[in-house]
Amino acid sequence: MNHLSLIIKREYLTKVRNKSFIIMTFLSPLLMVGIFSLVAYLSQLNNDKTYQISVLDKSGLFISDFSSKKEEKIIFSPMEDISVEEAKKLVQEQKKYGLLYIPKTTNIDDFSNSIIFYSEESPSLVVMEKIEKSLEEKVNNLKLKEAGLDAKKIEDLKIDVSPKLETFTGEETSKIGAGLKLIFGGAAGYLLFMFIIIYGNMIMRSVIEEKTSRIIEVIISSVKPIKLMLGKIIGTSLAGITQFFAWIILLGVLSMVVPAILGIDTSSIQSPQQEMMTQASGQDMQEIVRTAMVELHNLPVANLVIMFFFFFIGGYLLYSSLYAAIGAAVDSETDTQQFMLPILLPLILGIYVGFFTVIEDPHGTVAQVFSFIPFTSPVVMLMRIPFGVPIWQQIVSLLILFATFMATVWFAAKIYRVGILMYGKKPTYKELIKWLKY
Amino acid sequence: MKKLLVVDSVSKSFGEYKALNNLSIEVPAGSIFGLLGPNGAGKTTLIRIINQITMPDTGQVFLDGKPLKTSDIKHIGYLPEERGLYKSMKVGEQARYLAQLKGLSKKQAKEQLKYWFERLEIGGWWNKKIQDLSKGMAQKIQFVVTVLHKPKLLIFDEPFSGFDPINANLIKDEILSLRDQGATVIFSTHRMESVEEMCDHIALINKSNKILDGNLVDIKRQYKSNTYEVALIPNDENTVKKIIKEKFDVTTANLKTINNELQYIIKLTNGTTTNELIKFLTSLGTLTHFVEVVPSVSDIFIQTIQKKL
Repeated sequence: MNHLSLIIKREYLTKVRNKSFIIMTFLSPLLMVGIFSLVAYLSQLNNDKTYQISVLDKSGLFISDFSSKKEEKIIFSPMEDISVEEAKKLVQEQKKYGLLYIPKTTNIDDFSNSIIFYSEESPSLVVMEKIEKSLEEKVNNLKLKEAGLDAKKIEDLKIDVSPKLETFTGEETSKIGAGLKLIFGGAAGYLLFMFIIIYGNMIMRSVIEEKTSRIIEVIISSVKPIKLMLGKIIGTSLAGITQFFAWIILLGVLSMVVPAILGIDTSSIQSPQQEMMTQASGQDMQEIVRTAMVELHNLPVANLVIMFFFFFIGGYLLYSSLYAAIGAAVDSETDTQQFMLPILLPLILGIYVGFFTVIEDPHGTVAQVFSFIPFTSPVVMLMRIPFGVPIWQQIVSLLILFATFMATVWFAAKIYRVGILMYGKKPTYKELIKWLKY
Repeated sequence: MKKLLVVDSVSKSFGEYKALNNLSIEVPAGSIFGLLGPNGAGKTTLIRIINQITMPDTGQVFLDGKPLKTSDIKHIGYLPEERGLYKSMKVGEQARYLAQLKGLSKKQAKEQLKYWFERLEIGGWWNKKIQDLSKGMAQKIQFVVTVLHKPKLLIFDEPFSGFDPINANLIKDEILSLRDQGATVIFSTHRMESVEEMCDHIALINKSNKILDGNLVDIKRQYKSNTYEVALIPNDENTVKKIIKEKFDVTTANLKTINNELQYIIKLTNGTTTNELIKFLTSLGTLTHFVEVVPSVSDIFIQTIQKKL
């Protein structure tokens, strides 16, 4: 068997057999599903809560609306005509959530700032929004009536405009499609980011381990350092991929099994923002699902998958060779800090550029430039591809990426070759540059 | 004599610092070659160059008459001074991995390991992790790993550090028997008594330069000063004391003997032969001790290095 495959095999097996690796592989998805279930369970608890609110309506204009209104979770109960102080006391005694006080006014405009809501603590945003909405609706109707207009007629005259989106080449797009593309691109970019950080660190630690256990000299008297480095990178990556797949499978199984056992309805987890969004978009769920399916179909799936593969490998190799070089340059993990920043900076920059610039304008100058710079291109380009990037751009970017990878491997191998035999002193950047000439 | 390894005018610098300066050595096949020198002299750099871990700036290394090439690593076994093994890997698995890196097949590696583990009586460790072994035990494994692939050239950097006297002796015997089986050994150490015992040839390196090399016996002959340790029971103590100082260059010695004798170190000058000295001494009393003072490697080491300073 040749050296490289021997090293890859050893690296892979030691990683995979490592206890903490095994524990993490099984524990992480368990934790994720556990936390998710907990959140679901807790928000379900919250869902069951109803808010009892007494309404003291001195004006007599609202009471009919409130008593007839069917609001989920909020129960309005009208009060007899008593003073505000008495009403407050009564509400507190009855342990109700709050008291809505509507004073008597002659001018409808006065309602805008004379209504008071009393409660034990500052009230929940969701509840307040609902109350405000009902009040506003009623006051608006009153104003319309005062002006002699029929509220119902105006409602009927309203028209909902949602422009159909189409590219010049005739592809239909939509807002949902843009969101979907963002999710795909974002997920790909973010996955790469996480992969680099987790497994890059693992490579670094394994290089440091070889240094501290002093076995390195024995190994490199049999193997070229560059082979050892490449073997480490590949072996660790394979272990990483194994872990990732294990996670995906476990997550899939667990997310089906756990809710069934605990009896949690996952669809009930909807944040207030989501609710508002679905309401605001004015489309019903079915419509959304239909468009989403169409959009999914329209995505450049083949392109995305192939390019994901190449950019992922290129980006990962680029960064992991740097991690290996850092591991070789230092003696212990605590010394790595000063060298980590220059690695993390472009990586984080890529993520930020991806999430902010690409959302705004996937084909703008900033997004384009960063999808060619090799240290940010894997993340940024992966985010741009779902929006349709010309093939030549993708290929040029890939070529730059792999050329840079060659350069960093050369650079990292130099540092590695010298660094693995250096003990004791923490090197400075100046010394690292000197090592390149040895 | 056939040379297994020839280092021909090798120089190596690290930045400003010159680690080796135009250094040449020749290691005869089948010998034990001692590489001596104070700390930081450049021994490790030289050894790393022979192992192709570092490349020389100028000069060349020849193995068996041919320039050293990458595939030659399987003919070399190297036990570095900074030694170590993967701590969390099992002994057997690890030894097999390292043997395979040296080019042995899985089967060969297993056979060789079995042989050595039995020979050193460490068979029971196969499934133990290195971190569960003592330092001395780990050293034994390291030794096995070094010699496993039957290399032509063995390089040991301080092989006895970390061993108790019994195990050090065991390893010493193993090294000697490997030499007898035809291996050539390069031996870098500070322990002069083991050099004395084992080495046929030595080279002394100081401050990046070779300052002395050759056959150990030749070197000793070169450094001998015609000095003898003598002890005698005098016929007449006072006369002897007086006469001996007049005739020779003497200093009193302090030898551990059972008799109550006069003890001297005598340096022969102006052509007096050993026989003449003995004849003269026996005429003065009963000679109980007569030994030529041979310079120890340690003496030569200190003498040469201080002379050059």
